[in-house]
Amino acid sequence: MKKTLLSAAIGAAVLGISSAASAATLDDVKAKGFVQCGVNTGLAGFAQPDASGAWKGFDVDYCRAVAAAVFGDATKVKYTPTTAQSRFTALQSGEVDILARNTTWTISRDTALGFNFRYVNYYDGQGFMVPKSLNVKSALELSGAAVCVQSGTTTELNLADYFKTNNLQYNPVVFEKLEEVNAAYQAGRCDVYTTDQSGLYATRLALSNPDDHVILPEIISKEPLAPAVRQGDDKWLDVVTWAGYALVQAEEFGITSANVDEMKNSTNPDIKRFLGTEADTKIGTDLGLKNDWAYNIVKNVGNYGEVFERNIGQGSPLKIARGLNALWSKGGLQYAPPVR
Amino acid sequence: MTDKAVTAPPPKRGTTSLIYDPKARSIFFQVLTVVILVVVVMWIAHNVSSNLARSNTASGYGFLGGRSGFDVGQSLIAYSSDSTYGRAILVGLLNTLLIAATGIITATVVGFIIGIGRLSKNWLVAKLCTVYVEIFRNIPPLLVIFFWYSGVLAILPQPRDAIQGPLSTFLSNRGLTFPYPIWGEGASVIPIAFVIAVIGAIGFAVWQKKRQMATGKQLPTGWISAGIIIGLPLIAFLAVGAPLTFDYPVEGRFNLSGGGNIRPEFVALYLALSLYTAAFIAEIIRAGIKGVGKGQTEAAAALGLQPNKTTQLVVVPQAFRIIIPPLTSQYLNLTKNSSLGVAIGFPELFSTGSTTLNQTGQAIEMISIMLTIYLTISILTSLFMNWFNAKMALVER
Repeated sequence: MKKTLLSAAIGAAVLGISSAASAATLDDVKAKGFVQCGVNTGLAGFAQPDASGAWKGFDVDYCRAVAAAVFGDATKVKYTPTTAQSRFTALQSGEVDILARNTTWTISRDTALGFNFRYVNYYDGQGFMVPKSLNVKSALELSGAAVCVQSGTTTELNLADYFKTNNLQYNPVVFEKLEEVNAAYQAGRCDVYTTDQSGLYATRLALSNPDDHVILPEIISKEPLAPAVRQGDDKWLDVVTWAGYALVQAEEFGITSANVDEMKNSTNPDIKRFLGTEADTKIGTDLGLKNDWAYNIVKNVGNYGEVFERNIGQGSPLKIARGLNALWSKGGLQYAPPVR
Repeated sequence: MTDKAVTAPPPKRGTTSLIYDPKARSIFFQVLTVVILVVVVMWIAHNVSSNLARSNTASGYGFLGGRSGFDVGQSLIAYSSDSTYGRAILVGLLNTLLIAATGIITATVVGFIIGIGRLSKNWLVAKLCTVYVEIFRNIPPLLVIFFWYSGVLAILPQPRDAIQGPLSTFLSNRGLTFPYPIWGEGASVIPIAFVIAVIGAIGFAVWQKKRQMATGKQLPTGWISAGIIIGLPLIAFLAVGAPLTFDYPVEGRFNLSGGGNIRPEFVALYLALSLYTAAFIAEIIRAGIKGVGKGQTEAAAALGLQPNKTTQLVVVPQAFRIIIPPLTSQYLNLTKNSSLGVAIGFPELFSTGSTTLNQTGQAIEMISIMLTIYLTISILTSLFMNWFNAKMALVER
């Protein structure tokens, strides 16, 4: 009697697990009715809750674009704030469906960590910020400085490499949370703050006297910030990749959230294919979505340029220039493969 | 009437009687517990293996030999970004042990003083000690750590305006910088002399005790032992020609360079954990002393022992038997609480461990390593304290 009970219980437990271990994230997302998106705990311009508690920012808008593509409704997103430490475990364990948290695409994260990256939503590079009063002009003058850095980041590794290569001494002051790094820099625990340049602009804005701090000209690394998904789920990777490319492609076509309805009547075959108005098109359904997926993205979220300017560009307090993130046709690196 | 009891129906055989049989019931519930435990463990193990297979992550402990690539602020052993992940974890472990050892010593001393102070007949001293205990016992340790850390950072000046103390020491928000001793040729004689002196002092104490038992005469053992322990290494130091120079801190562009440095993260964590745990130890000491019956003190007085001798020879030895077991758990608490250092960036085991976890993505492996290390430290501490407790326990004849 007991034996049968035991085996039945184990059998039930094992069955319960195997059903949970499916890999089709797109189906799971459709079934639960929202996208679970891992974002930063609070980085001005990229992901930060506003006064009413709603998440706003460049990475947040990317999550909204994915939700718009899947559901036609950009509000169907739930956000999980993740620290630099907890972000990878959150994605590996399935707690989040996408990690859009200014995360650098590296080969080891692509392979050993079991993630997939494809669409780079922001081309960044690591820089240094120092108080103006120190009168530093170049990062090469920083020997002997105490440097504040967040642990578990590529930043921490680049820092060690840069100072070693240039034979400079430094004293690392390492914290797990962004807020702690900011507080330590503000309190004068360290002379230098280092992170991606976009992060430096965002952090400087949050300091009590932003004008007393200067960002040094050196960029010491390549930091392609890209959304990540788990390996082994190509359909979901396709969806999140093309949601990003749709933002870029829309800017290239000149389609904005304001004129997208007008553009639906365009006779340009490229635009018709993109917006799903072409007869018998299968582009959306092949992606596992509806044919108006790109229309929904632009209608709800805007194009890449709109998203950029609104959150971190000229329309925001950060005022970051497009730089590397301009369209390829304007000398930048943002380039979407053809929608065909 | 009595017949009725004798002729009562015999207990029914079968299921009903089994339910009411305490032995059968106890076996049933024990088996049930084991079954539930086995199912849960199997479920977890299966879940882990299937999730690992699904997430396409590398597994195993091979990553420990790889180059870490990150730097650590404070290390007791040589470490650079070229060292391995394994060494980074070792650096963290040594820092944890450093905090635990210094913290335990300070917490015990402070706790002892506060605990005895609370029993003092002096009203002010007793009340001050009570206030101390009530404050520190009722604040979460993390908050105490932040209090000290922000306190240190807020009050102390920038290194360019460092407070200069005696002997070329400097105090700033980068910590305490002091001249670092550099030992020259022949300095290895000094630690050898120290070890010989300690052995000599112990031998002297044993001989003194025997002599006191035989003749009743006393010698000032404490002073003589201190003289041996300090004097012998000093003579050795002078004999080899005082091979000691100092690396003095000098003002650099950003910080003071050269010399030794005690970082504010260490100081904040050390102070917070010591003072927090001291509050609990004070209560344990007080309970231990109160736990010795009043009759003991009265009996000692009746025998003509002076009050301080009564404390030393009658109360404290008996109080120790009550104090040691709960003291062990406070030592374990302090060691485990040292992992809170991660919040203020002190590179202890949990801090370097979780950085390694993050850089390699080996979550299960790193968590298992950290669990094993903390468990080992705690069990070793417990074993030592149990041995000490057994040694101090009442020997009944």
